[in-house]
Amino acid sequence: MAKPLKCDVCSEPATVHLTQIINNQIHKIDLCENCAEQKGITDPSGYSLADLLVKPESQTAPEVAALSCPECGCTQREFKKTGRLGCATCYDTFANLVSPALLNMHKGDSHRGKVPQRALERATYVDRLGTLEDGLKEAISSERYEDAARMRDEIVELKKAMEAAALEESK
Amino acid sequence: MLIKSIFGGKSEMTEAGSKKCPVVLMTRIRLARNIADTPFPGWAKETRRKEVLETCLPSVASLSQMKRGISAEISSLSDLERQILVERHLISRELSSNAESAGVVISKDQSISVMINEEDHLRIQVIKSGYRFKSTWNVIDAIDTALEEQLDFAFSSKLGYLTACPTNVGTGMRASTMMHLPALVISSQMEKVVRAVNQLGIAVRGLFGEGSDASGSIFQISNQTTLGESEEEIVKRLSSVLRTIIDQEMNAREKILEKDPNKLFDKIGRAYGILQNSHLLTSSECMNLASLVRFGVDLEMFPEKTRNIVDRMFIECQPGHVQYHAGDEIESNARDEFRAEYMRKQFENVARPLFNIHETSAEDDTPKPDPEQEAE
Repeated sequence: MAKPLKCDVCSEPATVHLTQIINNQIHKIDLCENCAEQKGITDPSGYSLADLLVKPESQTAPEVAALSCPECGCTQREFKKTGRLGCATCYDTFANLVSPALLNMHKGDSHRGKVPQRALERATYVDRLGTLEDGLKEAISSERYEDAARMRDEIVELKKAMEAAALEESK
Repeated sequence: MLIKSIFGGKSEMTEAGSKKCPVVLMTRIRLARNIADTPFPGWAKETRRKEVLETCLPSVASLSQMKRGISAEISSLSDLERQILVERHLISRELSSNAESAGVVISKDQSISVMINEEDHLRIQVIKSGYRFKSTWNVIDAIDTALEEQLDFAFSSKLGYLTACPTNVGTGMRASTMMHLPALVISSQMEKVVRAVNQLGIAVRGLFGEGSDASGSIFQISNQTTLGESEEEIVKRLSSVLRTIIDQEMNAREKILEKDPNKLFDKIGRAYGILQNSHLLTSSECMNLASLVRFGVDLEMFPEKTRNIVDRMFIECQPGHVQYHAGDEIESNARDEFRAEYMRKQFENVARPLFNIHETSAEDDTPKPDPEQEAE
């Protein structure tokens, strides 16, 4: 007789075997009775394997479940409850949770549609500024002072340009 | 005051009817947009929501497209006014029930509405009668671009427009058509169609969106995914599915006429009889009767102008509209009485149906292969 399967969560002998097809892929999971009950699998009112596939992480690391967005204070628990995020930054804060979900619910994971011109310009400025600031730190620590001076000047220029653009926008 | 201006002008929805495409009642596109660096409405504190409303309401109202339109805070509207806006698809049920610091701006012809502080800071919507994705997109694209001049939208180059619910992220676009599919319903094929369509990432809902029933055989069919494809690709994919549904409906119509015309004529004849003579009508019965008469118009059993009466019925038999016409907030029983009386009047002068229709009429109504080419 085949060796009894072990529970995917706690390694006790598994008695509950669940198979679900998500996106044409077969997902199988084996659980002991206790874990199955905890996850609500015995609950006939329905339940999704996708939830469970994300959950083990939060089981082992309770601080992940308590993760909250530094920008708006929205918590992971709140997001799971309502399915809605608190602010734009939440997409970064809960990237571990949101990114795989996006692939499941959409046709891809990157935007291919309309782009707001002004927001994009702003984003390019911010990107460029980040690169320069990193470069500056690196140049200073490796004592390349000429490079550092050049980058410092570029940063000043860029900040001026950003201010000018912001002023233009507010007009 | 608000209600008067809503009823005063002609609306895309009630003057919709066109024989060119009997199946598609109207086209609708909505875009979800959020203000950068501001929590989404569902999570934001009241003060932040208020700020958003105070910034967005004047910005939206100042658009040239909104000239002589209506701009209102939801909390300043009566229950009946809100209900009428919901019934006209100008605001959502969600906005109507979360009225605090929520607002709406509606264009004069009621084809454009922008909700503020719904699930996202801005929900821009454009409705056009018939099957017209291209022109609908052009209008909404221009509004979105004009708003971007004044407002900073939350956008990431990787994920596109950021929305409160990840199901809308990317384009933030939901494109849909309202379709009248009586033959698929009568021949019990709708369930099959819904299942097939769902697998292609296309959603089917009732007339009033999520959770509403499909009375009147009217279905709202829309894209489910918003990320990974451009707006154009999404509409193209949706259109090819809609095309198939239209064909299926037309086939079903032909089959019914071929196999059992008397059963259909009986339904349509009875619908006409009830609308002319009933004294108590619920809104859902009224919707179903209107649907049968509209089917009859498609088959040339009624004069073409009857189509407008029927399309108005779909909206005006709703409880809010009945109460407006009755001039008072009335109970459901009284509404049924009033609705019946109103419909008797509407159908008083509609000639009785012709049952000797020529055989090819179902085919005659089939829209051209490329619906986008249709005359505006």
